[in-house]
Amino acid sequence: MTVEADAPAIEALSATKTYPDGTHALQPVDLTVAEGEFVTLLGPSGCGKSTLLKMVAGLLEPSDGRLLLWRRPVSQLDATGRRIAFVFQSPTLMPWASVATNVRLPLDLAGVPRPEAEARVADALGLVGLTKFAAALPRTLSGGMQMRVSIARALVVDPQLLLMDEPFGALDEITRGRLDAELLELWRAKRLTVLFVTHSIHEAVFLSSRVVMMAARPGRVVEQITIDEPHPRTPEFMVSPQFSRYARRLQESLLAASAETETETEPTAAERVRA
Amino acid sequence: MSAAITATNPHGERIRRVAYPALVAVVVVSVWQAMVVAYELPAYLVPSPFLMMKTLVADRAALGSALWVTVRITLFAFVLATAIGVLISFAFVQSRTLETALFPYAVLLQVTPIVAVAPLLIIWIKDPMASMVICAALVALFPVIANTTLGLRSIDPDLQSYFRLNRATRWQTLVRLRIPSALPYFFGGLRISSGLALIGAVVAEFVAGTGGSGSGLAYQIMTSGFQLNIPRMFAALLLISLTGMALFVAMAWLTRAALGSWHASESSHD
Repeated sequence: MTVEADAPAIEALSATKTYPDGTHALQPVDLTVAEGEFVTLLGPSGCGKSTLLKMVAGLLEPSDGRLLLWRRPVSQLDATGRRIAFVFQSPTLMPWASVATNVRLPLDLAGVPRPEAEARVADALGLVGLTKFAAALPRTLSGGMQMRVSIARALVVDPQLLLMDEPFGALDEITRGRLDAELLELWRAKRLTVLFVTHSIHEAVFLSSRVVMMAARPGRVVEQITIDEPHPRTPEFMVSPQFSRYARRLQESLLAASAETETETEPTAAERVRA
Repeated sequence: MSAAITATNPHGERIRRVAYPALVAVVVVSVWQAMVVAYELPAYLVPSPFLMMKTLVADRAALGSALWVTVRITLFAFVLATAIGVLISFAFVQSRTLETALFPYAVLLQVTPIVAVAPLLIIWIKDPMASMVICAALVALFPVIANTTLGLRSIDPDLQSYFRLNRATRWQTLVRLRIPSALPYFFGGLRISSGLALIGAVVAEFVAGTGGSGSGLAYQIMTSGFQLNIPRMFAALLLISLTGMALFVAMAWLTRAALGSWHASESSHD
Protein backbone atom coordinates (compact mmCIF):
# COMPACT_ATOMS: atom_id res chain seq x y z
CA MET A 1 0.00 0.00 0.00
CA THR A 2 2.76 2.42 0.84
CA VAL A 3 4.36 4.49 -1.84
CA GLU A 4 8.13 4.91 -1.94
CA ALA A 5 9.31 8.28 -0.77
CA ASP A 6 11.08 9.04 -4.03
CA ALA A 7 8.22 7.97 -6.27
CA PRO A 8 7.81 10.32 -9.20
CA ALA A 9 4.69 12.44 -8.93
CA ILE A 10 3.67 11.93 -12.55
CA GLU A 11 4.56 9.24 -15.05
CA ALA A 12 3.14 9.18 -18.54
CA LEU A 13 3.94 5.85 -20.19
CA SER A 14 3.30 6.03 -23.94
CA ALA A 15 0.10 7.91 -23.19
CA THR A 16 -1.75 8.86 -26.35
CA LYS A 17 -4.99 10.57 -27.20
CA THR A 18 -6.83 9.88 -30.43
CA TYR A 19 -10.26 11.32 -30.95
CA PRO A 20 -13.04 9.16 -32.42
CA ASP A 21 -12.70 10.97 -35.76
CA GLY A 22 -9.11 9.72 -35.99
CA THR A 23 -7.38 13.00 -35.07
CA HIS A 24 -4.15 12.41 -33.22
CA ALA A 25 -4.43 14.91 -30.39
CA LEU A 26 -1.34 13.44 -28.83
CA GLN A 27 1.20 10.93 -30.06
CA PRO A 28 2.69 8.58 -27.46
CA VAL A 29 4.21 10.65 -24.68
CA ASP A 30 6.72 9.47 -22.12
CA LEU A 31 7.18 11.95 -19.35
CA THR A 32 8.27 11.73 -15.75
CA VAL A 33 7.84 14.56 -13.28
CA ALA A 34 9.66 14.17 -9.98
CA GLU A 35 8.27 15.51 -6.75
CA GLY A 36 9.13 19.14 -6.25
CA GLU A 37 9.70 19.88 -9.93
CA PHE A 38 8.15 22.81 -11.77
CA VAL A 39 7.56 21.47 -15.27
CA THR A 40 6.09 23.54 -18.07
CA LEU A 41 4.37 22.16 -21.13
CA LEU A 42 5.15 24.69 -23.86
CA GLY A 43 3.86 24.69 -27.39
CA PRO A 44 1.52 26.22 -29.95
CA SER A 45 -2.24 25.65 -30.02
CA GLY A 46 -3.18 22.13 -30.92
CA CYS A 47 0.03 20.55 -29.62
CA GLY A 48 -1.88 18.53 -27.06
CA LYS A 49 -0.45 20.25 -23.98
CA SER A 50 -3.87 20.83 -22.45
CA THR A 51 -4.91 17.32 -23.44
CA LEU A 52 -1.90 15.89 -21.61
CA LEU A 53 -2.64 18.02 -18.56
CA LYS A 54 -6.29 16.94 -18.51
CA MET A 55 -5.24 13.32 -18.76
CA VAL A 56 -2.98 13.80 -15.75
CA ALA A 57 -5.92 15.32 -13.90
CA GLY A 58 -8.16 12.42 -14.87
CA LEU A 59 -10.51 14.68 -16.84
CA LEU A 60 -9.63 12.78 -20.02
CA GLU A 61 -8.82 9.09 -20.45
CA PRO A 62 -5.75 8.24 -22.52
CA SER A 63 -6.67 6.31 -25.66
CA ASP A 64 -3.66 4.11 -25.09
CA GLY A 65 -0.74 3.92 -22.69
CA ARG A 66 -0.83 4.71 -18.99
CA LEU A 67 -0.77 7.69 -16.69
CA LEU A 68 0.40 7.21 -13.16
CA LEU A 69 0.36 9.53 -10.16
CA TRP A 70 2.76 8.35 -7.48
CA ARG A 71 2.97 4.98 -9.23
CA ARG A 72 -0.77 4.42 -9.29
CA PRO A 73 -3.35 4.95 -12.03
CA VAL A 74 -4.88 8.41 -11.93
CA SER A 75 -8.23 6.93 -10.88
CA GLN A 76 -6.64 5.56 -7.68
CA LEU A 77 -5.29 8.88 -6.50
CA ASP A 78 -7.09 8.59 -3.16
CA ALA A 79 -5.10 5.45 -2.30
CA THR A 80 -1.84 7.42 -2.52
CA GLY A 81 -2.94 9.82 0.19
CA ARG A 82 -1.86 12.67 -2.08
CA ARG A 83 -4.02 15.49 -3.38
CA ILE A 84 -3.97 17.34 -6.68
CA ALA A 85 -5.54 20.65 -7.63
CA PHE A 86 -6.39 22.03 -11.04
CA VAL A 87 -6.39 25.66 -12.12
CA PHE A 88 -8.22 26.47 -15.33
CA GLN A 89 -7.44 29.08 -17.94
CA SER A 90 -10.38 31.17 -16.75
CA PRO A 91 -10.94 31.75 -13.03
CA THR A 92 -13.94 29.37 -13.15
CA LEU A 93 -15.62 30.81 -10.08
CA MET A 94 -19.25 30.59 -9.04
CA PRO A 95 -20.54 34.10 -9.84
CA TRP A 96 -23.29 33.93 -7.22
CA ALA A 97 -20.99 33.04 -4.35
CA SER A 98 -18.55 35.16 -2.38
CA VAL A 99 -14.79 34.79 -2.69
CA ALA A 100 -14.67 32.85 0.59
CA THR A 101 -17.46 30.50 -0.46
CA ASN A 102 -15.73 29.90 -3.77
CA VAL A 103 -12.46 29.06 -2.07
CA ARG A 104 -14.27 26.81 0.40
CA LEU A 105 -15.95 24.82 -2.40
CA PRO A 106 -13.53 21.87 -2.57
CA LEU A 107 -13.67 21.51 1.22
CA ASP A 108 -17.48 21.65 1.20
CA LEU A 109 -17.59 19.01 -1.51
CA ALA A 110 -15.27 16.81 0.55
CA GLY A 111 -17.39 17.31 3.66
CA VAL A 112 -14.78 19.11 5.75
CA PRO A 113 -16.45 20.49 8.92
CA ARG A 114 -17.31 24.17 8.62
CA PRO A 115 -15.03 25.63 11.35
CA GLU A 116 -11.97 23.83 10.01
CA ALA A 117 -12.92 24.78 6.45
CA GLU A 118 -13.28 28.45 7.41
CA ALA A 119 -9.84 28.46 9.00
CA ARG A 120 -8.24 26.89 5.95
CA VAL A 121 -10.03 29.33 3.64
CA ALA A 122 -8.66 32.21 5.68
CA ASP A 123 -5.14 30.78 5.35
CA ALA A 124 -5.48 30.26 1.62
CA LEU A 125 -6.82 33.78 1.08
CA GLY A 126 -3.91 35.08 3.14
CA LEU A 127 -1.46 33.26 0.86
CA VAL A 128 -2.78 35.04 -2.22
CA GLY A 129 -3.27 38.37 -0.45
CA LEU A 130 -7.06 38.50 -0.69
CA THR A 131 -8.02 38.42 2.98
CA LYS A 132 -9.81 41.74 2.65
CA PHE A 133 -11.93 40.50 -0.23
CA ALA A 134 -13.37 37.38 1.42
CA ALA A 135 -16.94 38.70 1.27
CA ALA A 136 -16.70 40.21 -2.21
CA LEU A 137 -18.44 38.72 -5.22
CA PRO A 138 -16.11 37.59 -8.04
CA ARG A 139 -17.51 40.04 -10.57
CA THR A 140 -16.40 42.95 -8.43
CA LEU A 141 -12.76 41.82 -8.72
CA SER A 142 -10.26 42.36 -11.53
CA GLY A 143 -9.17 39.48 -13.76
CA GLY A 144 -5.91 39.07 -11.89
CA MET A 145 -7.65 39.02 -8.52
CA GLN A 146 -10.16 36.47 -9.77
CA MET A 147 -7.24 34.30 -10.83
CA ARG A 148 -5.79 34.64 -7.33
CA VAL A 149 -9.10 33.40 -5.93
CA SER A 150 -8.82 30.44 -8.26
CA ILE A 151 -5.31 29.74 -6.98
CA ALA A 152 -6.47 30.07 -3.37
CA ARG A 153 -9.19 27.53 -4.12
CA ALA A 154 -6.48 25.18 -5.42
CA LEU A 155 -4.21 25.71 -2.42
CA VAL A 156 -6.95 25.28 0.17
CA VAL A 157 -6.96 21.49 -0.30
CA ASP A 158 -3.23 21.52 0.52
CA PRO A 159 -2.28 19.75 -2.71
CA GLN A 160 1.04 18.07 -3.43
CA LEU A 161 0.56 18.48 -7.18
CA LEU A 162 -0.75 21.60 -8.88
CA LEU A 163 -1.96 21.33 -12.48
CA MET A 164 -2.36 24.65 -14.26
CA ASP A 165 -3.83 25.13 -17.72
CA GLU A 166 -2.57 28.48 -19.08
CA PRO A 167 -3.81 30.13 -15.91
CA PHE A 168 -2.52 33.61 -16.69
CA GLY A 169 -3.00 33.50 -20.46
CA ALA A 170 -5.85 36.02 -20.48
CA LEU A 171 -4.14 38.55 -18.23
CA ASP A 172 -2.10 41.57 -19.19
CA GLU A 173 1.67 41.20 -19.26
CA ILE A 174 2.32 43.07 -16.02
CA THR A 175 -0.30 41.23 -13.98
CA ARG A 176 0.88 37.96 -15.44
CA GLY A 177 4.47 38.71 -14.43
CA ARG A 178 3.40 39.50 -10.88
CA LEU A 179 1.32 36.34 -10.57
CA ASP A 180 4.16 34.26 -12.05
CA ALA A 181 6.47 35.57 -9.34
CA GLU A 182 3.88 34.89 -6.63
CA LEU A 183 3.33 31.40 -7.94
CA LEU A 184 7.06 30.65 -7.75
CA GLU A 185 7.08 31.86 -4.16
CA LEU A 186 4.22 29.51 -3.29
CA TRP A 187 5.89 26.64 -5.13
CA ARG A 188 9.03 27.09 -3.08
CA ALA A 189 7.31 27.72 0.25
CA LYS A 190 4.89 24.79 -0.05
CA ARG A 191 7.30 22.41 -1.86
CA LEU A 192 4.69 21.83 -4.52
CA THR A 193 5.04 19.88 -7.70
CA VAL A 194 3.66 21.94 -10.57
CA LEU A 195 2.73 20.96 -14.11
CA PHE A 196 2.07 24.21 -15.95
CA VAL A 197 0.74 24.68 -19.47
CA THR A 198 1.63 27.85 -21.35
CA HIS A 199 2.28 29.14 -24.84
CA SER A 200 4.58 31.86 -23.61
CA ILE A 201 8.29 31.10 -23.94
CA HIS A 202 9.20 33.80 -21.45
CA GLU A 203 6.80 32.50 -18.85
CA ALA A 204 8.14 28.98 -19.34
CA VAL A 205 11.77 30.02 -18.88
CA PHE A 206 11.02 32.18 -15.88
CA LEU A 207 9.02 29.56 -14.01
CA SER A 208 10.32 26.16 -14.88
CA SER A 209 12.90 23.78 -13.64
CA ARG A 210 12.21 21.91 -16.88
CA VAL A 211 10.41 22.83 -20.09
CA VAL A 212 8.71 20.16 -22.15
CA MET A 213 8.58 21.45 -25.70
CA MET A 214 5.61 20.26 -27.71
CA ALA A 215 4.57 20.64 -31.35
CA ALA A 216 1.28 20.40 -33.18
CA ARG A 217 -0.19 18.30 -35.99
CA PRO A 218 0.22 15.75 -34.63
CA GLY A 219 0.59 16.74 -31.00
CA ARG A 220 3.86 15.41 -29.64
CA VAL A 221 6.77 16.09 -27.32
CA VAL A 222 9.72 17.47 -29.24
CA GLU A 223 12.32 18.11 -26.63
CA GLN A 224 12.86 18.62 -22.93
CA ILE A 225 15.09 21.42 -21.72
CA THR A 226 16.24 21.85 -18.14
CA ILE A 227 16.33 25.46 -16.96
CA ASP A 228 19.32 25.14 -14.68
CA GLU A 229 18.98 28.42 -12.83
CA PRO A 230 18.84 28.93 -9.08
CA HIS A 231 15.80 30.02 -7.09
CA PRO A 232 14.49 32.39 -5.96
CA ARG A 233 14.28 33.91 -9.41
CA THR A 234 13.82 37.65 -9.48
CA PRO A 235 12.59 39.92 -12.25
CA GLU A 236 16.27 40.65 -12.96
CA PHE A 237 16.57 37.07 -14.15
CA MET A 238 14.25 38.01 -17.02
CA VAL A 239 16.73 40.55 -18.38
CA SER A 240 19.83 38.38 -17.86
CA PRO A 241 21.83 36.90 -20.77
CA GLN A 242 21.12 33.36 -19.56
CA PHE A 243 17.39 34.06 -19.79
CA SER A 244 17.74 35.22 -23.38
CA ARG A 245 19.83 32.16 -24.23
CA TYR A 246 17.14 29.82 -22.89
CA ALA A 247 14.42 31.78 -24.65
CA ARG A 248 16.30 31.66 -27.96
CA ARG A 249 16.99 27.96 -27.54
CA LEU A 250 13.27 27.29 -27.00
CA GLN A 251 12.32 29.55 -29.88
CA GLU A 252 14.64 27.64 -32.25
CA SER A 253 13.32 24.34 -31.02
CA LEU A 254 9.76 25.55 -31.58
CA LEU A 255 10.57 26.77 -35.09
CA ALA A 256 12.32 23.54 -36.00
CA ALA A 257 9.41 21.50 -34.76
CA SER A 258 6.90 23.63 -36.64
CA ALA A 259 8.97 23.54 -39.84
CA GLU A 260 8.81 19.73 -39.92
CA THR A 261 5.07 19.61 -40.23
CA GLU A 262 3.54 22.91 -41.06
CA THR A 263 5.27 24.00 -44.28
CA GLU A 264 3.05 21.83 -46.45
CA THR A 265 -0.20 22.56 -44.70
CA GLU A 266 0.02 26.21 -43.79
CA PRO A 267 1.43 29.00 -45.96
CA THR A 268 3.93 31.28 -44.27
CA ALA A 269 3.06 34.90 -43.65
CA ALA A 270 5.17 35.96 -46.62
CA GLU A 271 3.34 33.54 -48.89
CA ARG A 272 0.00 34.78 -47.62
CA VAL A 273 1.00 38.35 -48.40
CA ARG A 274 2.05 37.42 -51.94
CA ALA A 275 -1.22 35.53 -52.51
CA MET B 1 -28.07 71.55 -18.63
CA SER B 2 -30.83 70.56 -16.23
CA ALA B 3 -31.94 67.83 -18.61
CA ALA B 4 -28.44 66.37 -18.52
CA ILE B 5 -28.51 66.37 -14.75
CA THR B 6 -31.86 64.62 -14.46
CA ALA B 7 -30.80 62.08 -17.08
CA THR B 8 -27.99 60.85 -14.89
CA ASN B 9 -30.06 61.02 -11.72
CA PRO B 10 -31.44 57.54 -10.86
CA HIS B 11 -34.21 59.06 -8.76
CA GLY B 12 -35.37 61.16 -11.70
CA GLU B 13 -35.19 58.06 -13.86
CA ARG B 14 -37.58 56.24 -11.52
CA ILE B 15 -40.00 59.14 -11.50
CA ARG B 16 -39.95 59.27 -15.28
CA ARG B 17 -40.65 55.54 -15.50
CA VAL B 18 -43.91 56.12 -13.65
CA ALA B 19 -44.73 59.58 -14.94
CA TYR B 20 -44.47 58.93 -18.68
CA PRO B 21 -46.84 55.93 -18.81
CA ALA B 22 -49.20 57.77 -16.44
CA LEU B 23 -49.21 60.69 -18.84
CA VAL B 24 -50.10 58.34 -21.71
CA ALA B 25 -52.97 56.92 -19.62
CA VAL B 26 -54.31 60.39 -18.87
CA VAL B 27 -54.20 61.37 -22.54
CA VAL B 28 -55.83 58.15 -23.76
CA VAL B 29 -58.59 58.23 -21.15
CA SER B 30 -59.31 61.91 -21.82
CA VAL B 31 -59.51 61.40 -25.58
CA TRP B 32 -61.72 58.34 -25.05
CA GLN B 33 -64.05 60.27 -22.75
CA ALA B 34 -64.12 63.25 -25.14
CA MET B 35 -64.92 61.07 -28.16
CA VAL B 36 -67.73 59.26 -26.37
CA VAL B 37 -69.23 62.59 -25.32
CA ALA B 38 -68.63 64.39 -28.63
CA TYR B 39 -70.05 61.65 -30.86
CA GLU B 40 -72.70 60.67 -28.33
CA LEU B 41 -71.71 57.02 -28.56
CA PRO B 42 -74.28 54.78 -26.86
CA ALA B 43 -73.03 52.96 -23.74
CA TYR B 44 -73.92 49.54 -25.26
CA LEU B 45 -71.29 50.17 -27.94
CA VAL B 46 -68.51 52.04 -26.17
CA PRO B 47 -69.02 53.10 -22.58
CA SER B 48 -67.12 56.13 -21.43
CA PRO B 49 -64.27 55.60 -18.96
CA PHE B 50 -66.30 57.46 -16.40
CA LEU B 51 -69.23 55.09 -16.80
CA MET B 52 -66.88 52.14 -16.64
CA MET B 53 -65.45 53.32 -13.34
CA LYS B 54 -68.96 53.99 -12.04
CA THR B 55 -70.00 50.45 -12.95
CA LEU B 56 -66.86 49.11 -11.32
CA VAL B 57 -67.83 50.79 -8.07
CA ALA B 58 -71.55 49.98 -8.33
CA ASP B 59 -70.96 46.29 -9.12
CA ARG B 60 -68.00 45.95 -6.83
CA ALA B 61 -69.51 43.03 -4.91
CA ALA B 62 -70.10 40.85 -7.96
CA LEU B 63 -66.93 41.94 -9.73
CA GLY B 64 -64.84 41.63 -6.57
CA SER B 65 -65.86 38.03 -5.96
CA ALA B 66 -65.38 37.29 -9.65
CA LEU B 67 -61.91 38.77 -9.48
CA TRP B 68 -61.14 36.62 -6.47
CA VAL B 69 -62.24 33.47 -8.34
CA THR B 70 -60.06 34.28 -11.34
CA VAL B 71 -57.08 35.22 -9.22
CA ARG B 72 -57.41 32.00 -7.26
CA ILE B 73 -57.51 29.87 -10.40
CA THR B 74 -54.53 31.77 -11.78
CA LEU B 75 -52.44 31.43 -8.64
CA PHE B 76 -53.23 27.75 -8.09
CA ALA B 77 -52.43 27.04 -11.74
CA PHE B 78 -49.24 29.06 -11.58
CA VAL B 79 -48.00 27.27 -8.47
CA LEU B 80 -48.98 23.91 -9.89
CA ALA B 81 -47.24 24.64 -13.21
CA THR B 82 -44.12 25.84 -11.41
CA ALA B 83 -43.92 22.77 -9.16
CA ILE B 84 -44.55 20.28 -11.94
CA GLY B 85 -42.36 22.15 -14.41
CA VAL B 86 -39.42 22.21 -12.02
CA LEU B 87 -39.78 18.51 -11.21
CA ILE B 88 -39.90 17.64 -14.92
CA SER B 89 -36.82 19.79 -15.57
CA PHE B 90 -34.88 18.02 -12.83
CA ALA B 91 -35.85 14.68 -14.33
CA PHE B 92 -34.83 15.88 -17.82
CA VAL B 93 -31.45 17.05 -16.59
CA GLN B 94 -30.71 13.82 -14.75
CA SER B 95 -31.55 11.68 -17.76
CA ARG B 96 -30.99 12.59 -21.40
CA THR B 97 -33.03 9.55 -22.41
CA LEU B 98 -36.02 10.82 -20.52
CA GLU B 99 -35.68 14.26 -22.05
CA THR B 100 -35.32 12.89 -25.57
CA ALA B 101 -38.35 10.68 -25.05
CA LEU B 102 -40.63 13.24 -23.44
CA PHE B 103 -39.64 16.68 -24.70
CA PRO B 104 -41.66 16.40 -27.94
CA TYR B 105 -44.74 15.85 -25.80
CA ALA B 106 -44.00 18.95 -23.78
CA VAL B 107 -43.91 20.81 -27.08
CA LEU B 108 -47.12 19.10 -28.18
CA LEU B 109 -48.73 20.33 -24.99
CA GLN B 110 -47.54 23.81 -25.73
CA VAL B 111 -48.68 24.02 -29.35
CA THR B 112 -52.11 22.44 -28.86
CA PRO B 113 -54.56 25.33 -28.33
CA ILE B 114 -55.94 25.09 -24.83
CA VAL B 115 -59.40 26.12 -26.08
CA ALA B 116 -59.52 22.82 -27.95
CA VAL B 117 -58.48 20.74 -24.94
CA ALA B 118 -60.41 22.58 -22.25
CA PRO B 119 -63.89 21.11 -23.02
CA LEU B 120 -62.46 17.60 -22.61
CA LEU B 121 -60.86 18.45 -19.30
CA ILE B 122 -64.05 20.04 -18.07
CA ILE B 123 -66.00 16.91 -18.99
CA TRP B 124 -63.43 14.58 -17.45
CA ILE B 125 -62.84 16.39 -14.23
CA LYS B 126 -65.85 16.67 -12.03
CA ASP B 127 -64.83 19.59 -9.89
CA PRO B 128 -65.05 22.70 -12.12
CA MET B 129 -62.49 24.58 -10.06
CA ALA B 130 -59.97 21.73 -10.43
CA SER B 131 -60.60 21.42 -14.14
CA MET B 132 -60.05 25.14 -14.68
CA VAL B 133 -56.88 25.12 -12.59
CA ILE B 134 -55.51 22.22 -14.60
CA CYS B 135 -56.39 23.96 -17.86
CA ALA B 136 -54.56 27.08 -16.84
CA ALA B 137 -51.62 25.08 -15.47
CA LEU B 138 -51.22 23.30 -18.81
CA VAL B 139 -50.91 26.65 -20.54
CA ALA B 140 -48.37 27.91 -18.01
CA LEU B 141 -46.28 24.73 -17.82
CA PHE B 142 -44.08 24.88 -20.88
CA PRO B 143 -42.05 28.04 -20.21
CA VAL B 144 -41.14 26.69 -16.77
CA ILE B 145 -39.95 23.39 -18.22
CA ALA B 146 -38.11 24.93 -21.16
CA ASN B 147 -36.39 27.70 -19.20
CA THR B 148 -35.51 25.67 -16.14
CA THR B 149 -34.11 22.81 -18.20
CA LEU B 150 -32.05 25.24 -20.24
CA GLY B 151 -30.86 26.91 -17.04
CA LEU B 152 -29.91 23.66 -15.36
CA ARG B 153 -27.83 22.79 -18.40
CA SER B 154 -26.29 26.23 -18.83
CA ILE B 155 -23.39 25.68 -16.52
CA ASP B 156 -19.82 26.71 -17.13
CA PRO B 157 -18.19 23.56 -18.56
CA ASP B 158 -14.98 24.28 -16.65
CA LEU B 159 -16.91 24.59 -13.40
CA GLN B 160 -18.55 21.28 -14.21
CA SER B 161 -15.10 19.76 -14.77
CA TYR B 162 -14.02 21.26 -11.48
CA PHE B 163 -16.91 19.57 -9.68
CA ARG B 164 -16.02 16.30 -11.41
CA LEU B 165 -12.37 16.64 -10.38
CA ASN B 166 -13.46 17.07 -6.79
CA ARG B 167 -15.64 13.97 -7.08
CA ALA B 168 -18.84 15.87 -6.40
CA THR B 169 -21.92 13.68 -6.18
CA ARG B 170 -24.88 14.23 -8.49
CA TRP B 171 -26.72 15.79 -5.58
CA GLN B 172 -23.87 18.19 -4.75
CA THR B 173 -23.62 19.19 -8.40
CA LEU B 174 -27.36 19.78 -8.57
CA VAL B 175 -27.59 21.85 -5.40
CA ARG B 176 -24.32 23.75 -5.56
CA LEU B 177 -23.94 24.23 -9.30
CA ARG B 178 -26.98 23.50 -11.43
CA ILE B 179 -29.67 25.14 -9.33
CA PRO B 180 -27.82 28.42 -8.72
CA SER B 181 -26.86 28.60 -12.40
CA ALA B 182 -30.46 27.96 -13.39
CA LEU B 183 -32.09 30.59 -11.18
CA PRO B 184 -32.01 33.52 -13.61
CA TYR B 185 -33.49 31.30 -16.37
CA PHE B 186 -36.05 29.90 -13.94
CA PHE B 187 -37.29 33.35 -12.99
CA GLY B 188 -37.43 34.34 -16.64
CA GLY B 189 -39.69 31.33 -17.16
CA LEU B 190 -41.86 32.28 -14.20
CA ARG B 191 -42.43 35.74 -15.60
CA ILE B 192 -43.81 34.30 -18.83
CA SER B 193 -45.76 31.59 -17.01
CA SER B 194 -47.52 33.94 -14.64
CA GLY B 195 -49.05 35.80 -17.57
CA LEU B 196 -49.95 32.56 -19.31
CA ALA B 197 -51.62 31.23 -16.16
CA LEU B 198 -53.98 34.20 -16.21
CA ILE B 199 -54.73 33.70 -19.90
CA GLY B 200 -55.30 30.01 -19.24
CA ALA B 201 -57.64 30.79 -16.36
CA VAL B 202 -59.71 33.17 -18.48
CA VAL B 203 -59.88 30.70 -21.38
CA ALA B 204 -60.90 27.91 -19.02
CA GLU B 205 -63.64 30.06 -17.53
CA PHE B 206 -64.94 30.90 -20.98
CA VAL B 207 -65.03 27.25 -21.97
CA ALA B 208 -66.54 26.13 -18.69
CA GLY B 209 -69.06 28.91 -19.25
CA THR B 210 -72.31 28.68 -17.39
CA GLY B 211 -71.71 24.95 -16.97
CA GLY B 212 -69.12 25.76 -14.38
CA SER B 213 -70.14 26.96 -10.97
CA GLY B 214 -67.39 29.55 -11.33
CA SER B 215 -68.26 33.18 -11.44
CA GLY B 216 -64.88 34.46 -12.49
CA LEU B 217 -64.20 37.58 -14.50
CA ALA B 218 -64.51 35.75 -17.82
CA TYR B 219 -67.89 34.50 -16.72
CA GLN B 220 -68.82 38.09 -15.85
CA ILE B 221 -67.75 39.24 -19.31
CA MET B 222 -69.85 36.54 -20.92
CA THR B 223 -73.02 37.17 -18.97
CA SER B 224 -72.59 40.94 -19.33
CA GLY B 225 -72.36 40.37 -23.07
CA PHE B 226 -75.59 38.41 -23.10
CA GLN B 227 -77.28 41.19 -21.15
CA LEU B 228 -75.67 43.90 -23.31
CA ASN B 229 -74.26 45.33 -20.10
CA ILE B 230 -71.21 46.61 -21.93
CA PRO B 231 -69.96 48.93 -19.16
CA ARG B 232 -69.66 45.95 -16.82
CA MET B 233 -67.88 44.00 -19.56
CA PHE B 234 -65.35 46.79 -19.78
CA ALA B 235 -65.01 46.90 -16.02
CA ALA B 236 -64.32 43.17 -15.89
CA LEU B 237 -61.84 43.49 -18.72
CA LEU B 238 -60.06 46.26 -16.88
CA LEU B 239 -59.78 44.05 -13.80
CA ILE B 240 -58.26 41.20 -15.86
CA SER B 241 -55.68 43.58 -17.34
CA LEU B 242 -54.85 45.00 -13.94
CA THR B 243 -54.44 41.47 -12.56
CA GLY B 244 -52.01 40.68 -15.37
CA MET B 245 -50.05 43.85 -14.66
CA ALA B 246 -49.96 43.07 -10.96
CA LEU B 247 -48.65 39.57 -11.67
CA PHE B 248 -45.95 40.98 -13.92
CA VAL B 249 -44.85 43.50 -11.32
CA ALA B 250 -44.93 40.87 -8.57
CA MET B 251 -42.74 38.53 -10.64
CA ALA B 252 -40.26 41.29 -11.41
CA TRP B 253 -40.08 42.09 -7.72
CA LEU B 254 -39.73 38.41 -6.76
CA THR B 255 -36.92 37.94 -9.28
CA ARG B 256 -34.99 40.88 -7.92
CA ALA B 257 -35.59 39.82 -4.33
CA ALA B 258 -34.59 36.20 -4.92
CA LEU B 259 -31.51 36.80 -7.07
CA GLY B 260 -30.47 39.83 -5.09
CA SER B 261 -30.79 38.18 -1.71
CA TRP B 262 -29.09 35.06 -3.05
CA HIS B 263 -25.99 37.08 -3.72
CA ALA B 264 -26.30 39.05 -0.51
CA SER B 265 -26.89 36.02 1.71
CA GLU B 266 -23.93 34.26 0.16
CA SER B 267 -21.62 37.17 0.76
CA SER B 268 -22.88 38.33 4.14
CA HIS B 269 -22.75 35.13 6.22
CA ASP B 270 -19.12 34.46 5.33
